[in-house]
Amino acid sequence: VIPRYQTVVFSVLLVVSIVMGVVLWQLRERAHQRLLAGEESTPTQAPEVAPAENATLLVANDSDGSLLAQVQSLPLPQDPGARARVVLGKLLDLYAAPDANHPVPGGAASIAQVFLLPVPDQNAASNSSTFAAGRPTLGNSKTGLGHPRPGEPDLATTEPREPSPQPPGSQLAVVNLTGAFAANHPSGLETETLTVLSICGTLRANLPSVTQVRFLVDGQQRATLAGHADLTRIYLTADAAPQQ
Amino acid sequence: VVVLDAAHGGDDPGARIKGPAGHGPEGQSQAEKTFTLALSVRLRSLLTARGIQVVTTRESDTTVDLNRRAEVANHANARACLSLHAAESGSGIHLFVSSVAPAEPERFAAWKTAQATSVTRSLALAGMLNSALLHAGLAVTLGRTALPAVDSMTCPAVAVEMAPERGPDKKMVTAGLGNADYQARVAGALAAALLEWQSEARQP
Repeated sequence: VIPRYQTVVFSVLLVVSIVMGVVLWQLRERAHQRLLAGEESTPTQAPEVAPAENATLLVANDSDGSLLAQVQSLPLPQDPGARARVVLGKLLDLYAAPDANHPVPGGAASIAQVFLLPVPDQNAASNSSTFAAGRPTLGNSKTGLGHPRPGEPDLATTEPREPSPQPPGSQLAVVNLTGAFAANHPSGLETETLTVLSICGTLRANLPSVTQVRFLVDGQQRATLAGHADLTRIYLTADAAPQQ
Repeated sequence: VVVLDAAHGGDDPGARIKGPAGHGPEGQSQAEKTFTLALSVRLRSLLTARGIQVVTTRESDTTVDLNRRAEVANHANARACLSLHAAESGSGIHLFVSSVAPAEPERFAAWKTAQATSVTRSLALAGMLNSALLHAGLAVTLGRTALPAVDSMTCPAVAVEMAPERGPDKKMVTAGLGNADYQARVAGALAAALLEWQSEARQP
């Protein structure tokens, strides 16, 4: 004979189980509806296939500290921000290749976003926090850091220069890199400088309106790229242009 | 006075430099801070022996703030400041001068761009270092960069990055960073250039 209290307990547990089952089923249905609603709100327009265009990349070479212009055919979107991201992504893909002369892991996924903003204040462009990305006037005929030829150390001939005023319509490119890219970037003065310089030069080559570049890492300001190159500065793309 | 700034140290190891470029066997790595301190000690000995007063930012494996490094250099009122670095990538010696735009001296200079008043002399110093290193048969790469400690120095300042010496193909390492002979050649060339810099600075 089953005692009465056990029957009551069993009945209560059975009722509770059924109620819980019903509640869980309803919660599942609600979550499913939310998921469907979310899918409906996502863009359904298929991405347009942009026509291939020639893009000029300034590719760094660690062995001689140079930047060499390389033309690549890429499908480039019309939107300048998206265009900048695609071009920089291709540049970093070259660096992630196994036989790269400037090996940096990460590839295109290392460019989280590129924002183009109007240069806020013409005076701000010439203030003390604006830095040249790296003067290509020091080396030989190639762009970049370069090897001087014996007897040609015309380093001391650099004249004091006033930072040139920014032309109308100038833009500041904010390049947001991923934390993984910065964490895995080889540490060193030359390699970090070349990365910064090649990004600035590539932006200038493909988006001439971009005159300044600022770097963020995971959306935050970071002191240095990998222990050396200062990322708190605004870099001028004019100083990363190829020498004619 | 010459200021030698052995970059990194203490909690900041700098770059990891793998063997065979480093002292250790292949596969193991050593910190950049070790090589910069070794070069600083070697260079200090050579300069002191030649009668040049040397101020260093660190003498052991200690953490020194970047601002503190610039403070030491600026308080020393030095004729030359060298920030010493080491890297695994590239070849030979990389000389970097601050990319801050030159400016006329002012009563109050912005801390982050204090180098602006000395950058022209820094370029001259880099030229002299370049000549001495080339004379010693070393490959040299010159450039401009934004380096926080150097940008805040008011003395003629050059960042010297020592990379492994490589063969003509630019890939095969012929002398690693731990190679004593290579270190001695680099330190000797830098010391010769600084001696010449000092003697030129004394001339009216």
